[in-house]
Amino acid sequence: MVKKNKMLDKNGIAKRIAKEIKDGYYVNLGIGIPTLVANYIPNGINVELQSENGLLGMGPFPFEGEEDPDLINAGKQTITTLPGSSIFDSAMSFGMIRAQKIDLTILGAMEVSENGDIANWKIPGKMVKGMGGAMDLVASAKNIIVAMQHINKAGESKLLPACTLPLTGVKCIKKIVTELAVLDVLPEGGFKLLERAPGVSVDFIKQSTAGKLVIEGEIPEMLVD
Amino acid sequence: MINKVVSNADEAIKDIANGHTLMLGGFGLCGIPENCIAALVKKGVKDLTCISNNAGVDGFGIGLMLETRQVKKMISSYVGENAEFERQLLSGELEVELIPQGTLATRCLAAGYGMPAIFTPAGVGTEVAEGKETRNFSGKDYLMEYAFDADFALVKAWKGDTAGNLIFRSTSRNFNPIMAMAGKVTIAEVEELVQAGELDPDHIHTPGVYVHRIFQGEAYEKRIEQRTVRKKD
Repeated sequence: MVKKNKMLDKNGIAKRIAKEIKDGYYVNLGIGIPTLVANYIPNGINVELQSENGLLGMGPFPFEGEEDPDLINAGKQTITTLPGSSIFDSAMSFGMIRAQKIDLTILGAMEVSENGDIANWKIPGKMVKGMGGAMDLVASAKNIIVAMQHINKAGESKLLPACTLPLTGVKCIKKIVTELAVLDVLPEGGFKLLERAPGVSVDFIKQSTAGKLVIEGEIPEMLVD
Repeated sequence: MINKVVSNADEAIKDIANGHTLMLGGFGLCGIPENCIAALVKKGVKDLTCISNNAGVDGFGIGLMLETRQVKKMISSYVGENAEFERQLLSGELEVELIPQGTLATRCLAAGYGMPAIFTPAGVGTEVAEGKETRNFSGKDYLMEYAFDADFALVKAWKGDTAGNLIFRSTSRNFNPIMAMAGKVTIAEVEELVQAGELDPDHIHTPGVYVHRIFQGEAYEKRIEQRTVRKKD
């Protein structure tokens, strides 16, 4: 058993993912944990955040009283722009996504399978709100990092041999960061364990992963400040 | 000079009739054609098919048209921020087709660019691919998606001139320029209508050739869905 406080919280996952961002990157952040990544971009790393509704160079939330109803992000929140930003229409926005001009996409998932399928948009039987831009992003991005819960509250694994929920995309996920671990999805199938959350044992990660898990050598702890 | 001006929303939508397919610009509540929506509610046309990224909220945007039961079918990428929408969907009163946002945008673009179909990887291997032709290009699978066929496009711009040229402001641009190109008849409402010649041709986002009717809009509420702010240090 691992004490709950040994697992990373949402901010811990976001901090670890932020380390993958390279200088000069154009990045799309999905709703949920991915938006927190913007708070942890390392100093000296210049990035432009893309908002799929038609903005490059997304900035932080405005100060109170300075909200502009014409300036929102993909989550419909009021935002600001940073110097060097640009506005374009929705066709250009998804055009640049499909043409792989966006270097890194970070999004959430409900389930990921050992061959890289992802399910993050629909739970049958519950109200279905739609896929938004998720299917475009996962089908197009050259670099995708998924931020997700490794196990749900009942301890059931979300890293599976095959997704049980309706798919968002197939064979497209390559890297995953969870509250327990950093993993790659291998081209031949299987989750390769790269790092474990501080204090979390390899055994616990094995128990928590229903899909095929590949472990080679010593697994270091994540460096999360 | 060609003049596209009409007096108001009521005049602009005069030939929209029961059963028509409409495109409505906007992302969430940002950049929606508020005046035309109000005019449609007043006119009472029904059995409409609405192509729009979202379906408004309770009491605003397309939500108003749902409350008056004017919408037969929504074609959107993300919906459900309103209880009335959910109720009509679950009761079977409302038909909903959910499509990827990029596919929605590009099917508008295709219509506006005279291309009957486009290929996109979005949705390959998912339920979105059902019944669709798939082709492989350079080792990657793509779905064939058709250009939209809409009777009217209702768009909202920041500035426009009497020749129908449009300029948009910030992220209220979103789907408006591409829907303006795609509609068989495009109706544009603007915050500021000026005389042809006042706008710099280099600054035009949508050339007037795409716009059939333009009018000076009024009383924009510009509701904010999520007012998020940060503290001063």
